[in-house]
Amino acid sequence: MATATLHATDTHDHEHEHHELGFVQKYIFSEDHKTIAKQYLISGIIWAFFGGAMSVIFRLQLGFPNMDLTWLKPVLGQWIVEGKLEKEFYLALVTMHGTVMVFFVLTAGLSGTFSNFLIPLQIGARDMASGFINMLSYWFFFLASIIMFSSLFIETGPASGGWVIYPPLSALPQAMPGSGLGMTLWLSSMALFIVSQLMGGINYICTVINLRTRGMSFTKLPLTIWAFFFTAILGLLSFPVLLSAALLLIFDRSFGTSFYLSEIYIGGEALPNIGGSAILYQHLFWFLGHPEVYIVLLPALGITSEIIATNSRKPIFGYRAMIGSMMGITCLAFIVWAHHMFVTGMNPFLGSVFMFLTLIIAVPSAVKAFNYITTLWRGNIIFTPAMLFSIGLVSLFISGGLTGIILGNSALDINLHDTYFVVAHFHLVMGAASFFGLMAGVYHWFPKLFGKTMNKNAGYIHFWFTFVGVYCVFFPMHYIGLAGFPRRYYSFTALGNGRMEAFVDMNMFISIAAILTFLAQAIFAVNFFYSIFKGKRAPQNPWNSTTLEWTAPIEGIHGNWPGEIPAVYRWPYDYSKPGSSVDFIPQNVPYSATPESNFPEENEEIANEKEIEGLLDIQNSAYSH
Amino acid sequence: MSALHAPAVPEKLTWTGGSEPLKASYGKLMMWFFLLSDTFTFSALLVTYGMIRYSQQAYEGAVEKFYFSTTHWPIPEKVFESVPFLHGMSLPLVFVGIMTFILIFSSVTMVLAVEAGHRNDRADVEKWMLWTILGGFTFLGSQAWEWSHFIHGPELALAAKDAAGNAIEGANLVRNPYGPPAFADLFFFITGFHGTHVFSGVILNILIFFNTATGLYERRGHYEMVEKVGLYWHFVDLVWVFVFTFFYLV
Repeated sequence: MATATLHATDTHDHEHEHHELGFVQKYIFSEDHKTIAKQYLISGIIWAFFGGAMSVIFRLQLGFPNMDLTWLKPVLGQWIVEGKLEKEFYLALVTMHGTVMVFFVLTAGLSGTFSNFLIPLQIGARDMASGFINMLSYWFFFLASIIMFSSLFIETGPASGGWVIYPPLSALPQAMPGSGLGMTLWLSSMALFIVSQLMGGINYICTVINLRTRGMSFTKLPLTIWAFFFTAILGLLSFPVLLSAALLLIFDRSFGTSFYLSEIYIGGEALPNIGGSAILYQHLFWFLGHPEVYIVLLPALGITSEIIATNSRKPIFGYRAMIGSMMGITCLAFIVWAHHMFVTGMNPFLGSVFMFLTLIIAVPSAVKAFNYITTLWRGNIIFTPAMLFSIGLVSLFISGGLTGIILGNSALDINLHDTYFVVAHFHLVMGAASFFGLMAGVYHWFPKLFGKTMNKNAGYIHFWFTFVGVYCVFFPMHYIGLAGFPRRYYSFTALGNGRMEAFVDMNMFISIAAILTFLAQAIFAVNFFYSIFKGKRAPQNPWNSTTLEWTAPIEGIHGNWPGEIPAVYRWPYDYSKPGSSVDFIPQNVPYSATPESNFPEENEEIANEKEIEGLLDIQNSAYSH
Repeated sequence: MSALHAPAVPEKLTWTGGSEPLKASYGKLMMWFFLLSDTFTFSALLVTYGMIRYSQQAYEGAVEKFYFSTTHWPIPEKVFESVPFLHGMSLPLVFVGIMTFILIFSSVTMVLAVEAGHRNDRADVEKWMLWTILGGFTFLGSQAWEWSHFIHGPELALAAKDAAGNAIEGANLVRNPYGPPAFADLFFFITGFHGTHVFSGVILNILIFFNTATGLYERRGHYEMVEKVGLYWHFVDLVWVFVFTFFYLV
């Protein structure tokens, strides 16, 4: 038995050393998690620029309604009519901005990149459980991207009913131009996207369960991995419900069924559909839609935990409380969806149940926020760009979260529903906060991703422009919302008595801030792509971090570690440990090597080190098939 | 990788890493998590069924006096009462009962195939996989008959009648004389979605049979793929029990 295992391991290593892959297998249809992570990252960045550009165009309309936009004609063509943005296209822009940002940037770009990249490297695995399914996951996403992108170029325009695509607007092709071919493409693209998420998700979960290196128990996992694990579970259980909702909608649109349709008149003429329920769609959609918020946010919070601990040179405050609060958020995410539906005529009692459950989310969220602050408290803070973006995330998470407590109240929400107050709230708490998590992750792990370093000063400039810019965009937006401005409106000329004109200057201010913030992202793009090719070679462990990925070679070889995968003996947050001569002790350093800094209970752990090392054969046998 | 060949891990180290804590290979785990996900897909559809059905009028009168109308939900026994070759006989839910039996029986043969795999008995795996494939195809064929019967309407002799006493014609996605349109919409959508799953299952079973017959698993030393596909097949079976309950019994 032992010989057989040994032999199998040998052939395995042998393969890794000498098997050269062709270009297509190495860079395109790659099954290596590091390459797939880069594919997700670069796709996400490209999508982010498209999504951002769309928001700039509709901000022009909102901030400068009388502006002559003829200069945009070369790009937008017939969507510019007599120097003005076409009304229908405005709706298409807000829809596509939402869809692209939520799904393609912050779901695929964030969790796709960092789950793929960090799970095997931080838990000590050679690759994802199934490299092939992982590869398929990216290419399904790519296909979804192509379809969504192509819908921008069709004559009737892309989907325009808002990113939530509520029927009957989305179900009836005659309702608006965007509900024609554009909506069909939207639904096809999302169906493929969900398949991609499913394949990614089962891979992340099974890799974390089965492929942790010897010694890496669940309570020694970095918080990033916990966050990706919960994110994958959320996606696994909520995306299939969107799939069902989308399939039913496809049938309503194309095959004459009436799942969501009932008693509708168009142009004075009754449609034959009876018996369906548009509210049913909203329930199904928000059963995904609400967990989706945490699918977007949790990876960002995980990344932040890691970066804040590393750059405060302190253990994360409340490691288990962090896991517990993420678990709490994950469970609550599934039972609060109807707070998006307070104005649908729902039973007020039911509304108060959902309100109660919603407000409970404030507890784990506050635990997380306080833990970040107490980790920073009296730390030796090193302000790297990644650290700044992480602290920025904490700031945005708190400012956006506070308005969540207001909106979670059904009585208040009825006034504020579908106003810019809601837009400001969710852009701060999930949009900008998750985007900051993405940026923090890119700055922090760039040396590991590409083996190069990014320019620090450009990072600082990028951070300050973005941080100040985001607050300038979304803080005034709360006032506009309180003043009653509804979202998704093309213009506010008809709202009477010049009352709305009082806010023209504020809308203008928001638009200017949005444009500047968008332009500042060019600093990042140049820094990012320049550094990939021309950046300085990164040191082995640039941030003096304790986690396993920094023990792997900088070149990023296939299989991650040239020899045996390191064993793990301690948790990932041994920073500035009393008694230790160095300010960080990596996870793969056994307690027996650090008698000067061990706590009494850690000295007892020394006895178990032999057993952990004894698991090597079993671990290797997992790779010997 | 195979759990079958992994050396034993001391119990207290189960979750310490370096091993498979649930004593299942990643492939089997992935199948389990996929099935968990698919459970939510079907749950969403069945919730849809429940919500739409209970927003509709139920039939209030005596069962003997039941008539078909678009204003109340039909009694399933009155809709599905035909069996192939037995013309003119009213046999409520007999045919769907046979279909259900066939599907459940194909799960039994699948269990036997998995068990034969554990014994590394190639000939037996082949035999039981063939029976399972046959069961799957029979179920699909029966469903096709059930659908086509529902689409074309009952025989005149069986005389499904509406309130005015006229014999009714069959249903499709747009019109449904048996009851509210949602009855036919949901029937076609959900049994169709389940049928698609069965069809995928049959394809997978054929692949497994092929790989067994060419000796791939024998060379690999274990028949875990049979087990994984078996999980899927049992799941599809279990889902049918719920679909059957919702559409035919409740």
